[in-house]
Amino acid sequence: MNQKKSIIKSIGSFFAWIGKDLKEIGVTFAKGSWQTRLSFLLIGFGQLVRKQFARGLAVLAAAVGLLYYIFGFGMSYLVDLPTLGTKGRGFNPDGTVSYGDNSFLILLFSLVTIVAILAFVFIWRVNVRQNYQADNLLREGKKLPTNRQDLYSLLDENFDKTLLALPVLGIFVFTVLPIIFMICVAFTNYDFNHQPPAKLFTWVGSENFAQLVSMDTAGLGSTFFSVLGWTLIWAFFATFLNYFLGMGVAMLINKKGIKFKKLWRTILVLTIAVPQFVSLLYIGKMFASDGLINSWLMNAGIIDRAIPFWTNKNYARVLIILINLWVGIPYMMLIATGLLMNIPADLYESAKIDGATNMQMFRRITLPYMLHVTGPFLLTQFIGNINNFNVIFLLSQGGPTSVNLEGGAGYTDLLITWLYKMTVTNTNYRMAAVIGIMVFIVSAVISLCVYNILPSVKDEEGFQ
Amino acid sequence: MAEKNRRSLIRSYIVLIILSIIWLFPFFCLVVQSFRSYETEFGGMVNYLFPKKWSLDSYRYLFSEGSQFVKWYTNTLIVAFISAALQTVVVICVSYALSRMRFAGRKLLMNIWLVLGMFPGFLTMICLYFLLKQMGLTGSGAIPGLILIYVASSGMGYYVCKGYFDTIPKSLDEAARIDGASRARILYEMIVPLSKPIIIYTALVSFMAPWCDFVFASYVAFGTSDSYNVAVAMQRWVWTNDYQGFFTRFCAGGVLIAIPVTILFMCLQKYYVEGVTGGAVKG
Repeated sequence: MNQKKSIIKSIGSFFAWIGKDLKEIGVTFAKGSWQTRLSFLLIGFGQLVRKQFARGLAVLAAAVGLLYYIFGFGMSYLVDLPTLGTKGRGFNPDGTVSYGDNSFLILLFSLVTIVAILAFVFIWRVNVRQNYQADNLLREGKKLPTNRQDLYSLLDENFDKTLLALPVLGIFVFTVLPIIFMICVAFTNYDFNHQPPAKLFTWVGSENFAQLVSMDTAGLGSTFFSVLGWTLIWAFFATFLNYFLGMGVAMLINKKGIKFKKLWRTILVLTIAVPQFVSLLYIGKMFASDGLINSWLMNAGIIDRAIPFWTNKNYARVLIILINLWVGIPYMMLIATGLLMNIPADLYESAKIDGATNMQMFRRITLPYMLHVTGPFLLTQFIGNINNFNVIFLLSQGGPTSVNLEGGAGYTDLLITWLYKMTVTNTNYRMAAVIGIMVFIVSAVISLCVYNILPSVKDEEGFQ
Repeated sequence: MAEKNRRSLIRSYIVLIILSIIWLFPFFCLVVQSFRSYETEFGGMVNYLFPKKWSLDSYRYLFSEGSQFVKWYTNTLIVAFISAALQTVVVICVSYALSRMRFAGRKLLMNIWLVLGMFPGFLTMICLYFLLKQMGLTGSGAIPGLILIYVASSGMGYYVCKGYFDTIPKSLDEAARIDGASRARILYEMIVPLSKPIIIYTALVSFMAPWCDFVFASYVAFGTSDSYNVAVAMQRWVWTNDYQGFFTRFCAGGVLIAIPVTILFMCLQKYYVEGVTGGAVKG
C-alpha cells in the first residue's frame, strides 16, 4: 500500500519536474536576449559571443560530435531496428558473396543511436540553461564567470563532474549498454540457428519467456524450476550454515584462555589468500572417482567401488555445500571476530551474575546483536550466493548432467552457471538473456522483501 | 570449577586442531604432489599421496621451453598490477564525489548502480566480447581488453570506500575550504592520506581478482594461448582429456601462483579485515 503511494508520488513529481523544465525553457526564450534566442538553434552561439569560450566550445563540440554520429552513421542502423535486417547473406548474380544485414550490429548501433539522440537533447538543454544563467547574471548587473573560473570550478565546486565523468562513461559503455542490449536479445530469436553475420535474427515478442516456464516437451519449464529450486536451496545453506558456523569458530577462538589466537586465525584465513581456482580445482579432483579420498577408502578396504561424489545428484549437492563451508567459514570468522569484541563485556558479566548459562547468553545477547548488525550483510551474502559461480563451476561444472534436464543443465547448476553454459556451450543467447533477467528478478524481489523487514532498517537506533 | 574450565579448554583445543588439519590438508596435499617425479611415476592421478621418488620435474617443466607458464604468469601480473592501480583511482574518485559532494541526480545515480548490480555479470559476456572485438582487444589483444573491462565497471564497487570516507568528519573539509583549498586539493592532500587502510584494501582486493578470473579471461582470449592468464591455463590443464599427464604440473603451478599472492595477502591482512568488517556492518 505504502509502496503504491510512493510510486504514484514519484511519477507525479516526475511530471511536475518536466513541466517546470519546459516552463524554464519557455521563459528563457521569451525573456532572453538575441544571443540566447539564437543559441536555441546554434548551440554554443550565445556563450561564444559573450566570450565564454570554455563553455561554448564544450557544448558545441559535444553537439557536433553527436550529430555527426547520428546522421553520418547511426540513422542507417536505426531505420532497420523494427525488423533487425531483411537481407540475409547470399550470392550476387555474378557469384560474389553479398553480405546483407547484420542483426547484431543493427541492434547494437540502434541502441547507441537512441542514446546519442537523448544525449543531444541533454546537451541542448545544458546549452539553454547556460544562456539562461548568463542572461540572469547580466540582468542583475553582475559579471559573467571567466573561462579561467569555469575551468577552475571543475577542480572545485564542479569537481564531482570531473571525478565522475570517466567512471560513469565506463559503466555506461561496458555495463549499461550491454545490459540493455541483452534485455533486447531476450525478445529475439538470437541463437545457434540465427547467428550473424551469416543469418539474421528478429523480434519474437515474449516467446522465450513462455518457453522457459512452459512444461510441455519443447519448453524448459521442468529444468528451469529444478535449477531455480536448487539455486535457492544452495543460497540458503551456503549463507546460513557459513554464518552460524563461522560465528561459532570466531567465538571458539575468542574464548578466554585460548592461546595462539593469531595462529588459528591465520590458518583459516589461508583459504581466502590462496586463489580459489587453485584450491577448488584441487579439492574437486580429490573427490573424483580416481582421486585421493576414494583411493584411500578403497585401500583401507572400507569401500569396494569408488563413491560417485560428482556423478550422484545428492552426493554432489551435499558435498558442494560442505566444501563451501571450507571456503566461507574463514570469511565469516574474520567479520564476526571484530563484531563480537564490540559487544560490551558488562552485558555478559551481569548475565553471569544472574546465573545465565552459556547457551542463554548466546541466544539472548550475542545472536540478537549479531543479527542486528549484520542484517544487510546477510542479505548481500544471500544474493552473492545466488550468483556464486566460482564454487559451483570449479568443483562440479554444474554436473551431474541428466537426460531429465534440458539445455545442458546439471543437478548442481545454479541459474548463473546455466546462463554461462547457454552462452558458451549452447550459443543459445536468447535463453541466456532470459535466464539473466530471471536472476535479476529473483535478486531484486528477495532484496526488496527482506530489506523492508530487516530490524536494522526498521529501527536504526536499536543497539546504539 | 577450575577442573571444569580446564576440560572445556582442552575440548576447544581439540576442535581447533581438527579444524586446522581440515583447513590445511588440501594445501599440504597440493604441495606434496607437486614434488612427484614425472620420469618414474608420470604426472597423473594416483592412489597414493607421498611420491615414491621426490623431484623437481614438474617445476622444471614449467620453466622449460615447451611450456608457456612464464608467459601466462607475466600476463596475470600485468593485468593484476595495472587494473589494481587504475581501479583504486576510480573507486577513490567515485567515493569522494558521492560521499562529499551534493549534486543533482546523486541519489538517482546511486539507485541506478544498485539496480545494475543485481544483473548477473555473465549476462553481458557476448556483448562485451563483441565490443572488445570492435576495438581489436580480443585474442592476441586480450590483456589490455581485460584491463579495460575490469577498470570500466569498477566504479560501481564504491560502497566500502564511500562508507569509510563518510566517517571522516566533514568539518575538516569545511575548514580547508575556508582556507581556500579547492575540492581537488582536499581530496589529494587530506582525504587520501587519511584513508590509507581502505585504499590498501581496495588495491588488494582488485589485485587478487584477476588471479581467479577464468570465465571472462578465457572467453576474451579464446584460441590465443599467448593471452591466457594463469587461471585459464591451469583450468585447461586440469580439465583437458590428457590431464592425466598434467596433474602434478598443475599442482606445481598452483604452488607457484599461491605463494606470492598468499604472502602479499598475509602482509596486508590487517587492512583486509578492516575493509570486510566495515563493509559488512554497513551492508
